[in-house]
Amino acid sequence: MPFDYRRAPDPEGAVAAATGWPGVAFLAGGTNLVDHMKLGLAAPDVLVDISRLPLDTVAELPDGGLRIGATVRNADLAAHPVVRRDYPVLARALLSGASGQIRNLATTGGNLLQRTRCVYFQDLTTPCNKREPGTGCSAIGGYTRHHAILGASAHCVATHPSDMAVAMAALDAQVAVLGPAGRRVVPLVELHRLPGEEPHRDTVLSPSDLITSVDLPPLPPGTRSQYRKVRDRASFAFALVSVAAVLRVEDGVVRDARIALGGVAHKPWRARRAEDVLLGSPADEEVFRRAIDAELAGAAPLEGNGFKVPLTRNLAVSALRELSREER
Amino acid sequence: MTDLLRTRVLGQSPRRVDGPAKVTGTARYAGDQHVVDPAYAHLVQAEAARGVVTGVDVSAARAVDGVLAVLTPDDAPRLASTEDAELAAFQSHDVAFRGQVVAAVIASTREVAREAAALVRVEIDRQPHDAHLGTDRDDLYAPEKVNTGAETDTSRGDVATALAHSPFTLDQTYTTAWYNNNPMEPHTTTALWLDGDLALYESTQGVHTTREAMAKVFGLDPERVHVIAPHVGGGFGSKGTPHVHTVIAAMAARAVPGTPVKLALTRQQMFSLVGYRTPTIQRVRLGCDAAGRLASLEVDAVSQTSRIKEFAEQTAVPARMMYAAPNRRTTHRLAALDVPVPSWMRAPGECPGMFGPEVAMDELANACGIDPVEFRVRNEPDVEPESGKPFSSRNLVACLREGARRFGWEHRDPTPRARVESGWFVGTGVAASTYPVNRTPGSAATIRCTGPRRYLVRIGAADLGTGTWTSLAQVAADALGVDFADVELRIGDTASPKASVAGGSSGITSWGSTVVAAAEAFREEFGDDPAEGDEAGAEMPGNDAGDTYAMHAFGAQFAEVRVHVDTGEVRVPRLLGVFAVGRVVNPRLARSQLVGGMTMGLSMALHEHSVPDERFGHVVNHDFAEYHIATNSDVPHVEAHWVEEHDPHTNPMGTKGIGEIGIVGTAAAIVNAAHHATGVRVRDLPVTLDHFL
Amino acid sequence: MDGEIELRVDGRRRRLRVDTRTTLLDALRDGIGANAPKKGCDHGQCGACTVLLDGRRAITCLTFAVAHDGTEVTTAEGLADGERLHPVQEAFLERDALQCGFCTPGQVCSAIGVLDEAAAGHPSVVTEDLTGPVELTDDEIRERMSGNLCRCGAYVAIVDAVRDGAR
Repeated sequence: MPFDYRRAPDPEGAVAAATGWPGVAFLAGGTNLVDHMKLGLAAPDVLVDISRLPLDTVAELPDGGLRIGATVRNADLAAHPVVRRDYPVLARALLSGASGQIRNLATTGGNLLQRTRCVYFQDLTTPCNKREPGTGCSAIGGYTRHHAILGASAHCVATHPSDMAVAMAALDAQVAVLGPAGRRVVPLVELHRLPGEEPHRDTVLSPSDLITSVDLPPLPPGTRSQYRKVRDRASFAFALVSVAAVLRVEDGVVRDARIALGGVAHKPWRARRAEDVLLGSPADEEVFRRAIDAELAGAAPLEGNGFKVPLTRNLAVSALRELSREER
Repeated sequence: MTDLLRTRVLGQSPRRVDGPAKVTGTARYAGDQHVVDPAYAHLVQAEAARGVVTGVDVSAARAVDGVLAVLTPDDAPRLASTEDAELAAFQSHDVAFRGQVVAAVIASTREVAREAAALVRVEIDRQPHDAHLGTDRDDLYAPEKVNTGAETDTSRGDVATALAHSPFTLDQTYTTAWYNNNPMEPHTTTALWLDGDLALYESTQGVHTTREAMAKVFGLDPERVHVIAPHVGGGFGSKGTPHVHTVIAAMAARAVPGTPVKLALTRQQMFSLVGYRTPTIQRVRLGCDAAGRLASLEVDAVSQTSRIKEFAEQTAVPARMMYAAPNRRTTHRLAALDVPVPSWMRAPGECPGMFGPEVAMDELANACGIDPVEFRVRNEPDVEPESGKPFSSRNLVACLREGARRFGWEHRDPTPRARVESGWFVGTGVAASTYPVNRTPGSAATIRCTGPRRYLVRIGAADLGTGTWTSLAQVAADALGVDFADVELRIGDTASPKASVAGGSSGITSWGSTVVAAAEAFREEFGDDPAEGDEAGAEMPGNDAGDTYAMHAFGAQFAEVRVHVDTGEVRVPRLLGVFAVGRVVNPRLARSQLVGGMTMGLSMALHEHSVPDERFGHVVNHDFAEYHIATNSDVPHVEAHWVEEHDPHTNPMGTKGIGEIGIVGTAAAIVNAAHHATGVRVRDLPVTLDHFL
Repeated sequence: MDGEIELRVDGRRRRLRVDTRTTLLDALRDGIGANAPKKGCDHGQCGACTVLLDGRRAITCLTFAVAHDGTEVTTAEGLADGERLHPVQEAFLERDALQCGFCTPGQVCSAIGVLDEAAAGHPSVVTEDLTGPVELTDDEIRERMSGNLCRCGAYVAIVDAVRDGAR
């Protein structure tokens, strides 16, 4: 469908343009939105281009953390010296997503708001509750290789495809949002929703909310982090399962553990149950295994993706093992 | 016996003639050709796998500014021939598969065509469809013949008794997936009618085959159809037979007289409209003695075809000529389903058909405790087992030995799951390759002297990336006894004499033989010092040697496979192939062909898998994000070598064809290596990580 | 709905009117006749449409032309200086790092981007030390070139060509 194109004068102007107009969409890197417009999944009347807004910088915060502008390109964020030095989990997550020529376009905000790659969601000819509420979920009983094993509902079993968001979930990132009512901060782990009965709602944001930046809190000295991703080919593919792990071990005891899982749920899955087991426990393989098993006790795989349970377990244990080894 | 061409340019490695245009992006493919003010067509596809179109509402589409015409089954013009049901666009209201084209919008821009196509409302009276392939069906049938005209079933001796008396036996079922050819260039047609003549810029493996098909469909004298395809962005079989979009592009251009129409299929549409490799189910039964000599060999192959047009993959055919066994039997059965029309994909028959048997050979070799290279050598036949013909040349053993030497096979410990390096199980495997020497009749060529020692060679051949622009010019140079630079080759245009389709690895055999005959005719008529403007031509001569000899190329492929201990991730750090393919025209380009085939074989082994959802009847992972082909990272090290092979029987060049053999056997070698690495025997492709968790 | 934009394509200034829906890829191909970038998938999944945008490699099929007013676009055609090929293009020819050639213009542009990114010290996912300088090993080239699919299977030669082109 034809649409009008406008360049946002400033963030406030972008939000004002979208407020009360459901047909307005923000355009940044475009790598997901343009795809959706071609597929017929999205048909905005007006595109408000925010890509040239001054939200494209990465700044070090007084507390030692990092503020990442919403339109910072994925490639630039991954190449940023502080990210590479202090947040390897984030750098690796970014670099394991998409391809070099896509990361040069894709932005921080857009990456967070990308939608599921469920084949039925992307195919207008098959029923999908996320695309058309009430039509049914075609993935259930269908091709489920990329679908959820945690937190899904009878209405939707889609997964969130981002790698970056998984790392940010483990880093306790905070998302700054500018909305019609002003500014607010949403913890990244609360940004995305579980599908429940409203799978058409991916996040807690409203269409006129604009992500302006993402803050990363500083990591205490001695903290190690890493991102591991398993996919069906060696590169340029979405995760079957990924693990972002942040670990601090002192004298053989886990003092901080933050684990997020990708490819397994409708949102980056923060593995709180596993973290509870890990905290204060000895950093050994048996504990790692027990921790992940506690998390996966709630797993409900579908026919066709049961392999994700052992895969997640093995990958997470392996990631923790490596991080604790580095510590020694 | 043919007198082989004396070689000067043959065997040299000139760079690709079309290379500079391709690395700068100035080579013109079907969608790049400049035409004045074109219109654009966009297709509307059926959203049901079976039914009848009861209404097509085009009012909303027509109302869009810029829409020029809409074609539907209600009002599209009648075609002169509907004999090929796949090409009978809009000629009936029946829907035979999901994704069948039910309307087309022609508009002044791409954007408008796409927008309006989405507004066409198609009502289909849906009928229950059946898209399930399985050996559990009770309606599997034996086709009259299989692809290439081979017999459907064959039998020699008494397999049941031989199997019962064999100390070592194997009875396993292997499956290959549904694969889509997916050349990088989506099928594209630019069509224009001029005074009743049809001109097509086309993505095709054969300009003349396209011409003949379109002439028939539109009831035209073939001379009135002009097809141009100087560069083709890959085909792998999917551009070898005509498909419906070409017909629709021509119909669309007729609907907007005087305006050229561009029609490019979307990547998604390619999954239902341009053929694909059928999934296969192969039951393999082998019996051998303690020395590893096969007494019995059986392959029963089941595959699918569409309800409207039969395609019978010749899956069991390679088992008829690979190994010696006094008792043998092969069968082919088909399920006719409500699915898109399957067709050729790189090495139809041999590619899927060498998977099951070559894995089975590995399994049986292991069971006997015999090295799998040696096991194959012991089953080397003296003559082609089923026909009894001698081979014109057969150097499988040489390939196995040379490959084993280069790969470092001799130090291999056969114990499975015995090596772990840095968290990866490591294993190696081997499998054999083969492909027939095909010769397709129907080509002609002309040669004209265009100046002192300058020759123009014309033949309507094709270069899909195969290297024809270069290699056929090399053949011409040696045939004329001149330098490579003295030959100008003209191909990819029906203005040049008729040539057979680029398929079956038959290009150099067919076109090369024709060019050599034309050069002989030219020299006979005009001698070594012709005048400018002298021209002679010839048609492809026959070759009786095929009555006497069985002609096949052979190869051996070795793979190293790593499987991650924790995650099951599968990697192929090394592939090595040695081939016996007759004389090699251009080593630089030949290596690309063989390595390219092996790379596609690796892709098939690890990644490729079109997922048909039987509930809907279509492939649901229909794009490059979900239908994975290998990326650069998946292909660390592939090398191809060849043994010297002198075969005086195949053709004057002594070649055998190299476009397809590279993909044959690769998947089996990888599966065998994965078993060696892990002890897990995968019999269903692709070899994904979940097999090892 | 239309928009007016100005691009600099392979060194030439081009003004054109585009439908807001027109992707940069279609604007280059249909609007300007710059046919080097190819449409292999139209959904950012193959890399055949890769060009250099203001010097950085980028796909052109998932971005609207109207958003690129003032952008400098370099296609594979613009990398050559007339008959004289860019060293990377020369290496692709010598190594026969192509067959059908359809993905090649995108591969070549991507390779230029890879060389620049590595020279700037940008890591890839296979870079062991994220903070150090980048050595462009074959593993690095493979990973960095993985956004460009090649169905003919020229990857091994492409890695050779990129390595040669880096010299």
